[in-house]
Parts: sequence; structure tokens; C-alpha cells
Amino acid sequence: MEVITVKNIRKTFGASEILKDISFSVHTGEVLGIIGPSGSGKSTLLRCVTQLETVSDGTIKICGDTLVSGINADGRPNYADEATRRRIMLKIGLVFQNFNLFPHFNVMRNITEAQRLVLGTPKQQAEDTAVMLLEKIGLADKADLYPYQLSGGQQQRVSIARALALKPEVLCFDEPTSALDPELTGEILKVIRALAEEKMTMIVVTHEMAFARDLSNKIIFMDKGVIVEEGDAKEVINNPKNERTRAFLSKY
Amino acid sequence: MEKMLAAMMGGTVVSLEVFFLTLLFSLPLGLVITAGHMSKIAVVRIPVRIFMLIVRGTPLILQLIFIYFAPYYIFKLSYNRFTAAIIAFSINYACYFAEIYRGGIEAIPKGQYEASFVLGFTKAQTFFRIILPQVIKTIIPATGNEVITLVKDTALAQTIGVAELFRVAQTASSREFSTTPIFVAGVFYLIMNWAVTVGFDKLEKKLSYYR
Repeated sequence: MEVITVKNIRKTFGASEILKDISFSVHTGEVLGIIGPSGSGKSTLLRCVTQLETVSDGTIKICGDTLVSGINADGRPNYADEATRRRIMLKIGLVFQNFNLFPHFNVMRNITEAQRLVLGTPKQQAEDTAVMLLEKIGLADKADLYPYQLSGGQQQRVSIARALALKPEVLCFDEPTSALDPELTGEILKVIRALAEEKMTMIVVTHEMAFARDLSNKIIFMDKGVIVEEGDAKEVINNPKNERTRAFLSKY
Repeated sequence: MEKMLAAMMGGTVVSLEVFFLTLLFSLPLGLVITAGHMSKIAVVRIPVRIFMLIVRGTPLILQLIFIYFAPYYIFKLSYNRFTAAIIAFSINYACYFAEIYRGGIEAIPKGQYEASFVLGFTKAQTFFRIILPQVIKTIIPATGNEVITLVKDTALAQTIGVAELFRVAQTASSREFSTTPIFVAGVFYLIMNWAVTVGFDKLEKKLSYYR
């Protein structure tokens, strides 16, 4: 089943076109890796799917709901109503490059706050979920600590737990290891790999090529706002067909 | 001497009333003004900015006189001096607090809003649960400054005839041909501000559980 369908989306900021006619789809249980140089539009693409940015044109369907379909007569993108957008938002989780944990909440509350406020989950149940997730990411003993007391890798793992607590259908990662040193990067990759084994549907924007190759079912290589090459992960990374892809990958 | 001290205690009570009532009204009003100042709607933003320019750009003493006498000259309406003082002080301080709030709000990283949005928090939840608690922590030192100034500024209420501490001290001073009451008043202000400083230190410590 197609969980995410993106068709012909465009994104312009003033005169510059950040995304040019992007189309792709993600199926249930699939991991999509998005690679490419800085400024190629990978993050913007992810931000459009997670509604942090709006597209200028095109169609995005998520879990059977249409987020946006083309443009209206006035040239503005035809977005779904508030309720639908919110429903879609809750089906997609996002893990940020720099974690963005809430510094004034301890680890437990970082994970329970949205469950309680957004889903209306009772306190005990929310905390049970948090404990279960903390065990899964290997931080069961850190529930009472505040983000500043954790290493970057631990903070990022908590932010993954925070996203998972809402039981999203799809989890997106925006360069989840770019703010971490190689040692801490390993911790995060391990967690993502475990999620992949559980058949969690994921979109991962990353600069970790070996990881993208081993983990993803499908890879998209982007450059200057277009998808230059896409296909089977091992195929794209081991045997890139496009000249631009080859040049980019040779640097790794 | 005893009579003088008794009178000055009475004046201190009036000063404290001005002080606490001003805080009570100006702290929340400042938040409303910040919202206006940061509004995306120009018809809200521009008048608020002009208003702030006027309030912060003219002497508080003048504003006291204006608030008290303007209704009389325009509508032949006279009202309580104390009420006028509270209105003038509250508006004036709200404008200063508004700028402190704005500084605090703008210091919160964009990622906090984005994380809240993606997790599905409403705008109100994001502001009151995520942003405001962090803002309060960052603005404590600047707010403490402003509150200390307010303790001393309450002396200006005498301009429109409110018998606060400094007015009482001056009256006692001229009655007794001595500057002693003035200096005693100084000690009173110092004690009040010592209490304010201790209070803010405590608050800062209380919020130091995170960084």
C-alpha cells in the first residue's frame, strides 16, 4: 500500500525554485533514503511532507488523505482543511537534525507531553508508553534527567522516542546524525536500524551513505531541486548510472 | 520621631500599593502589547508601535499628569488620584515589559516551535506550555531591573498628590526643618529593593534546574 504519494510538487521561494517537479512514493514498511549535496532541496522536501513548509504546486497524499492537490484558480496551492491537515500531521513523525527537545521538561515529560495534550492519553498510560520506548532506545535509567544532562546521541534517541510516542504511520528523519560525532552517530543508526527491522515506514534524509545503502529499500538522489536518480538502494549507491550521482558518491 | 516613623510607614503602605497594583496590571498587559507589536497584521502592529514610542519616549511624570488631568479638561471629569497613578504606572511599565518579553520570545529557537507543531500542539499549547516557561527563565534578570526601578519610581506618584513614602518624608522634613526623614525614606526604599532582589534571586534559582 502506498503510504505517501508525492506527485509533481514544486516549491519556490521568491524567484528561486527549490523543488522542481518532484514525484515519488513510499509503501508500507519501506525505508526511503534521500541523499544529495547541501542545498539540493532534500530537507525542504521533507519539510513539505511534514507541513513545516507549504508546496507551491503539486499533490501530496498521506495514508489515504489528500494534503494538497494542485493549485486553485487563484494560483495558490489547494490545501486540505485544517482538520484533515491535523489528522495527517499526527500520522507523520519528524526527527530533527538538532533534536529540538524541550529543555524545561525532563526526558519523561518530553515523551509524555504530546501524548497527553494532543491525544488525550491518561497520565499512567502515557508514562507506560514512555517507559517502554525508553527501554527500547536503551535509556530506561534517564527518565528523570533534563536534556542538557544528556549527550547529543542520547538527546537524539529521546527525540526519536518522543516522535514514536504518538504512534505515527511514517517516521521522517532530517539528517538525524549530522550534529553528532561518529561515535554517537552509531547509537542513532542502531535505533533506526531496529525500527527498520520492525517494518516501520521511514523517510531518511542522510549523509551516511553506507547506512543509506544498507538500510533503505529505495534511494533518491537529489541535486538542485530535482531527483537525478532513484531506484534500489544498493544499485544507486554501488552502481550509479547518472554522472552527477557518480561524482557526488565518489566523495564518500 | 515616633510620629514621623508612623507617618512614613503609612506612606510606605501607599508606595507598596502602587508597586503591587502596577505589577499586577502591567505584567499581563505587557504580554498583550508584545502580541500587538509582533502581530503580522499591520493595522494592529503599527498603532501599537506608535503607542509604545510615545509611552517610552515621554517622561513618566508627564504621563501621570496627563492621565490625571486630561479627563478633567476634556470631559470635566475628575477622579481618584490613586486610580490615575495606577493607570499611568501600569501603561508605562507594560510597554517596558513588552520589550523584555519580545526579547525573550525572539531568543527561543525556531526549532522549539517546529517540534511543537509537528507533535500536534495547538498554537496556544505551544505558547503556554513550551515557549512561555522558557521565556520567563531568560527574562528574569531584565525584569528584575525593571521591578527595582518601579520601587523607586513610585515616588513620582506624588506629582498628582498621592501621599506615598517620599511625599510623606518631604512633608516631615519641612515640618521639622531636618533632612533626616528624607534619608530615612532612602533606607526604606533600600530595604524594599533588597527584598525584590532576594525574591528574584530565589526565582532564578528555582528555574535553574535546566539550561
